[in-house]
Amino acid sequence: MSKILMKGNEAVAEAAIRSGCRLYFAYPITPQSELIEYMAKMMPKVGGCFLQAESEVSAINMVYGAAGSGKRVMTSSSSPGISLKMEGISYLAGAELPCVVVNVQRGGPGLGDIQPAQGDYFQATKGGGHGDYRTIVLAPNSVQEFADMASEAFDLADKYRTPVMILADGMLGQMMEPVEFKTPKTPEEMEELDKQHNSWCICPNEDGDKKHHHEINSLEIDPYVLEKHVNDLYAKYAVIEDKETRYETYNVSDDNEILCVAWGTSSRIVKSAINELKAEGKSIGLIRPITVWPYPTEAVKKAIGKKVKKVYVFELNTGQMLDDVKIAVEGKVPVDFWGKVGGIVFTPAEIKAKLEACFK
Amino acid sequence: MEIIAKRPESLTKTPFTYCPGCLHGVAHRLVAEAIEEFGLTNHMTGVAPVGCSVFAYKFFNFDMAQAAHGRAPAVATGMKRARPDMHVFTYQGDGDLAAIGTAEIVHAANRGEHISVFFVNNAIYGMTGGQMAPTTLPNMKTTTSPYGRNTDDIGHPIRVSELLATLVAPYYIERVSLLSPADILKAKKAVSKAIQYNKEGRGFTFVELISTCPTNWGIDPIKSRDWAKENMLPFFKVGCLRDKGEGVE
Repeated sequence: MSKILMKGNEAVAEAAIRSGCRLYFAYPITPQSELIEYMAKMMPKVGGCFLQAESEVSAINMVYGAAGSGKRVMTSSSSPGISLKMEGISYLAGAELPCVVVNVQRGGPGLGDIQPAQGDYFQATKGGGHGDYRTIVLAPNSVQEFADMASEAFDLADKYRTPVMILADGMLGQMMEPVEFKTPKTPEEMEELDKQHNSWCICPNEDGDKKHHHEINSLEIDPYVLEKHVNDLYAKYAVIEDKETRYETYNVSDDNEILCVAWGTSSRIVKSAINELKAEGKSIGLIRPITVWPYPTEAVKKAIGKKVKKVYVFELNTGQMLDDVKIAVEGKVPVDFWGKVGGIVFTPAEIKAKLEACFK
Repeated sequence: MEIIAKRPESLTKTPFTYCPGCLHGVAHRLVAEAIEEFGLTNHMTGVAPVGCSVFAYKFFNFDMAQAAHGRAPAVATGMKRARPDMHVFTYQGDGDLAAIGTAEIVHAANRGEHISVFFVNNAIYGMTGGQMAPTTLPNMKTTTSPYGRNTDDIGHPIRVSELLATLVAPYYIERVSLLSPADILKAKKAVSKAIQYNKEGRGFTFVELISTCPTNWGIDPIKSRDWAKENMLPFFKVGCLRDKGEGVE
């Protein structure tokens, strides 16, 4: 199939529809506007439901209702709107409902600005809402990967009955790149998707005497039952950590003197700087977490070659993934950090200068 | 032996958790009977709120969802949009629906969502121990209005049915009371009508049920009904505000 030049916001929406998503609830916010507009345009054409909710709070609760009814459903927003969705995401995690949430991050805190940023890492990977829970968080670094992650996110959500977040940013949402799409789900595949959750979801009683009573619920008033429920959730999360941790290594070898760690948009900029320095004979590796939860702790640990004298973390925030890197490095080598905030994106030249300084 | 009254099939055998004298049991039964009357038990689903009726998902004998505080109309919207073949209702109290859930109820009504909403109004937060609700009457004492609701400070009670009746989309809006056997029979008719319209896919239907809270009002069950008749009904007048099926606009 030929490639199409598209914005990330549109590409992820198109990919979601091709993955069998027929319900989308959201509220307008910049810089994810193209996503909601694309859904408004395309959902009616595929017989799906597009609904502009009265708030992000309502949108995520509509997702809760649709996910509880066993259908592929998505919402999207940008940072301040994602904060509003956190209550609902906690309920979705508690009730073990599959859904996809896209965050096209912008600068914060508060209303912040509308430029690209990575300031929602803590919120996305450490919980965000109340209570003991985790969400799988996928972090793309290109329009193609942003699109590919839509189907991956739905598959993971269905497999583990858990909300999955795609943590992009204003750069990936607004940037146009060529993207190749997967073939849309066939009507037969859609039918299979519809059936997969029938053992627990809200659905009609059509089996005669074998009447079911499914409850979509996160309330367990008995502390011992809740304790077991949370322990069961964490047993599931342990399986996810074991089987679904994803990362990319770039130029990682035993010759590395510096190991960089960067995710999302930052990782592409760091890659450009590494390429320039490679041409100058300097050996620098990069490890890019693709799942930021589960975090590739072991992979980061392993990527530290014998000659590495420093691990360097670059993010478009004040050092939020930095903590996870430090946990992985276990104090074996120094960990340094440089980042930019306010929606300002660092350049390859700035990263290169930071890395060059390590060799002096 | 002829059976003249029995548990509706659309209620589970789980015992209600309500206080003695509480009218939630009556309201549950009216909803369950109406669902059964229209043969919807196997295609009905409901949303339980946060409040005294938080466990409603255990009591209705079909698939149920439990929603975050005030969000039941949004959850019901998602359910109905996902499964148009199902019939959906929410069951909510006045704290849930008229305070934290104001946006959700107004917009679900304004969209004309094809759901039924059963709104139990007893002018107080029951489950958390008797705090002031948006429907608490002027000068009424609660644990968070210990000197009586001061309307200069916190405003007057909200008449939700009248508020929703300003919108174009709702198909049916009626306020009834559960304060006497005769009132309950009238309430039964309203609840049945809402479920009938729901079955027929007419649009958004809303029934407000004026109720009591003997425990948190600190009045015994019989006297609390008299108190509600004297104090609530003059402000929350029973009657049909919208019935497009009967030409009441």
